[in-house]
Amino acid sequence: MSRLGDLGARLYRGEVGYDFIGKRKLWYGVSILITITAIVGLAVSGLNLGIEFKGGAVFTTDTKAKISLSQVREDAVAASGHEAIVQELGNGGSDGLRIQITEVDTAKADQIKSQLSEDLGIPEEQINADLVGPSWGEQIANKAWTGLGIFMVLVVVYLAIAFEWRMAVAALIALIHDITITVGVYALVGFEVTPGTVIGLLTILGYSLYDTVVVFDSLKEGTKGITKQTRWTYSEIANRSINGTLVRSINTTVVALLPVAGLLFIGGGVLGAGTLNDISLSLFVGLAAGAYSSIFIATPLVADLKEREPQIKALKKRILAKRASAAAKGESAESERDDLVQDGSDGDTEPAGAVVGQRRQAGGHGRSPRNHR
Amino acid sequence: MAAPKKGRGSTGGQGRPGRSLALILIAMVALTGGIFLSGHTTPRLGIDLAGGTSITLKAKSQPGKPDAINETNMNTAVGIIERRVNGLGVSEAEVQTQGASNIIVNIPKGTNSKQAREQVGTTAQLYFRPVLTVADGAPTPEGSASPSATGSAKPSAKATEPETASGSKATPSDGATTQGRAVTDALKKDATPTPKAGTTGAPESSKSPAATEAPDPATAALQKKFTELDCADKEARVAAGVGVKPEDPTVACSSEGDAKYLLGPAAVSGTDVDDAKAQFDQQRGIWLVSMEFTDKGSKKFQTITKKLSTQQSPQNQFAIALDGEVVSAPQVNEALSGSAEISGSFTQQSAESLANVLSYGALPLSFSEETATTVTAALGGEQLKAGLIAGAIGLALVVIYLVAYYRGLSLIALLSLLASGILTYTIMALLGPAIGFALNLPAVCGAIVAIGITADSFIVYFERIRDEIREGRTLRPAVERAWPRARRTILVSDFVSFLAAAVLFLVTVGKVQGFAFTLGLTTVLDVVVVFFFTKPVMTLMARTKFFGGGHPWSGLDPERLGAQPPLRRSRRVNARTDHPKEA
Repeated sequence: MSRLGDLGARLYRGEVGYDFIGKRKLWYGVSILITITAIVGLAVSGLNLGIEFKGGAVFTTDTKAKISLSQVREDAVAASGHEAIVQELGNGGSDGLRIQITEVDTAKADQIKSQLSEDLGIPEEQINADLVGPSWGEQIANKAWTGLGIFMVLVVVYLAIAFEWRMAVAALIALIHDITITVGVYALVGFEVTPGTVIGLLTILGYSLYDTVVVFDSLKEGTKGITKQTRWTYSEIANRSINGTLVRSINTTVVALLPVAGLLFIGGGVLGAGTLNDISLSLFVGLAAGAYSSIFIATPLVADLKEREPQIKALKKRILAKRASAAAKGESAESERDDLVQDGSDGDTEPAGAVVGQRRQAGGHGRSPRNHR
Repeated sequence: MAAPKKGRGSTGGQGRPGRSLALILIAMVALTGGIFLSGHTTPRLGIDLAGGTSITLKAKSQPGKPDAINETNMNTAVGIIERRVNGLGVSEAEVQTQGASNIIVNIPKGTNSKQAREQVGTTAQLYFRPVLTVADGAPTPEGSASPSATGSAKPSAKATEPETASGSKATPSDGATTQGRAVTDALKKDATPTPKAGTTGAPESSKSPAATEAPDPATAALQKKFTELDCADKEARVAAGVGVKPEDPTVACSSEGDAKYLLGPAAVSGTDVDDAKAQFDQQRGIWLVSMEFTDKGSKKFQTITKKLSTQQSPQNQFAIALDGEVVSAPQVNEALSGSAEISGSFTQQSAESLANVLSYGALPLSFSEETATTVTAALGGEQLKAGLIAGAIGLALVVIYLVAYYRGLSLIALLSLLASGILTYTIMALLGPAIGFALNLPAVCGAIVAIGITADSFIVYFERIRDEIREGRTLRPAVERAWPRARRTILVSDFVSFLAAAVLFLVTVGKVQGFAFTLGLTTVLDVVVVFFFTKPVMTLMARTKFFGGGHPWSGLDPERLGAQPPLRRSRRVNARTDHPKEA
């Protein structure tokens, strides 16, 4: 683990610096590919909507049925006249049965319940009947979409005020990206979509942005008074910001994913708990996507948008010109070049060098370079 | 809300950590004491964890009343439904609005959920019934009970046919004892209006005979019921109105339980009322309720008021019976038609609530049953157990990770997580009785997920401190310098998180709402803990030799962090050469 600790120090010193911005096209490509896959998956296989969205009844028993599963299914279909999904709960059905029957109403549910009790040889009071109307899930989903819409508008306004509109746009794109991926995973894997899934998805909203905002905060700090210097371009500072917060991103993501993984793999996988699985799977995918997008998508997008700004464009031009002349003179830029050669251990060219230099500069919290003299 | 927010500089932090810590410790002790004092040592468990029946009702939008689904009406409906479910003898049933158009009825395990479901789902019944007799809410004394019962039995026997109604008039008056007078009177009057009404050809003329057609035992039973009715008994009050058909005479209590009524067949139903408003009469200085009837309703109302106005008290009243209870029993002085005013000793509130009842036919809205879920505690409990085990394992992994990565610093992180945990738990426990907060399964998940979000704040702060140390600072200034920036990052990102929770809480319903609430709560607590606990503890720790001296296991070892002085290697010299230029 101290490896990672060293990584923090090396990232900080700029000994290691990954050129996220320089390779943004690669990451855009990866994301577009994933997104397209997600959309295609969604279009082709669609979402496996849970009973809450389709309506029906769920019967659960506490005790093991005395007859075989297929027999239970036949009985359930015979009793209801509708399609039935029969699942065992616990190890070998020791915890009982779960029988889902779609399109059933209250009166019918009671009837099916007594029929099932007879067929399964289980007392009626040991059978639970949960009646689910299709509009319930629909309503939750509709509310969720409304919430999503309102939240997006508010957060864009907030980010535009607290930061700037480019960051708001980039954060929004990253958010949509995360949601698309998560939904896509559900479509591709065929996991059941329940209100729990929707809850998980909605949590991603907050988390994805949370993560993005931390990087943006650092970026904002680092680019304060950017036009007053001619050393680093916006993209380079942005790259520095990502690298500077990389350890935090990794740590935060690990710490956030561990409990969720616990819920997903231990709570859901081993102990077989339904709602836990629903929530934790979407969270797991969403958190991972959120961490990825804040580093590889959101910040590079901001840099891209920013570089279109005339001021920043002019700045970049000046910097490049300065560097060119310095290179021609082959002296004053020497130290930078050195940094490059030594520190750009990942084989990156110029921007990696930038990473190093900015480290120093922005390490000063955007205030005057009060560093170590 | 003391120091830390203002405590920007390194000097500010010196005297305050103790104060902030004391503050949060007092808060924790107070909250912990609170849960023991209030006797709510565990968070109230939601219906999914405790078991029971949860019914979701959705308001249906009615044609012609586009604005009917509003907060006032939803609250009125909640009040009525609450009365109904708790009137069944159900203890601690919760009825609450959820979202703009849902009412969730949570009925704890151990009650007759089938009966509850029937009661809850149906629209309440509102009828205008002529008053036949009024009496005190208490059961009529024993002595009067039997005479009146026998007195009524006789006439009703003859009353099998409408024309013999007059006969019923005679007999009871004979048999009437002084005490039973009111009752016998009532029966007399019950019969007499019938022929009259028949001549006017109003709709109820056909109904009234139907009522009197009822075989004598029924009437006798009714009489007996009236005599024995004890309106002080809440259950009896509700039971009196259960299963009564509008065309049958019935007994009912006033909604306060201080009076009981024997009522004739329903003359006008709640659906005949078009609109009702509470109004303040400037001239008389009183509140009154004005009603408008539908065309059909006007006719019926005209008939009944015409009839009633000729009667003597108490038969000149009609009772407005809601769900079998008399809400109001105004006197009628003249025949009225399309519109009417009810005056009495109304307050603004009582006038408005009566107007509400009148204009919406009892339940201000009609509801459809969305879901009725039976949940056993066993199922929910199992999931809770799984969730808690998973959460514990997840937390253990987080602890291992933090210890491995942050070493000594993880102590602060873990203490902060502990503080956060105590605050979350106690507040959740106290919110149960306070605002009806119930911890359901999604909320448990929310709390587990929040571990990550809470830990992030510490990580942000620790990383900032480490950056400062890398800059060559000693720990104490590093802790103070790192704080303002870390604080801003924490606030900005927590704000976004809180925004998400708040929007979800306001917009969504049910499970999502519970989840959002937990998320919002933990986000707020995260800020509180970081400001009042983590930061002060960090400041204090910085004074210790272990941390301040950068012990290798403190997680703040400058050498390990790669701080610049005194670690200068050749490559760093190169790196340093930039800086003079930079400045």
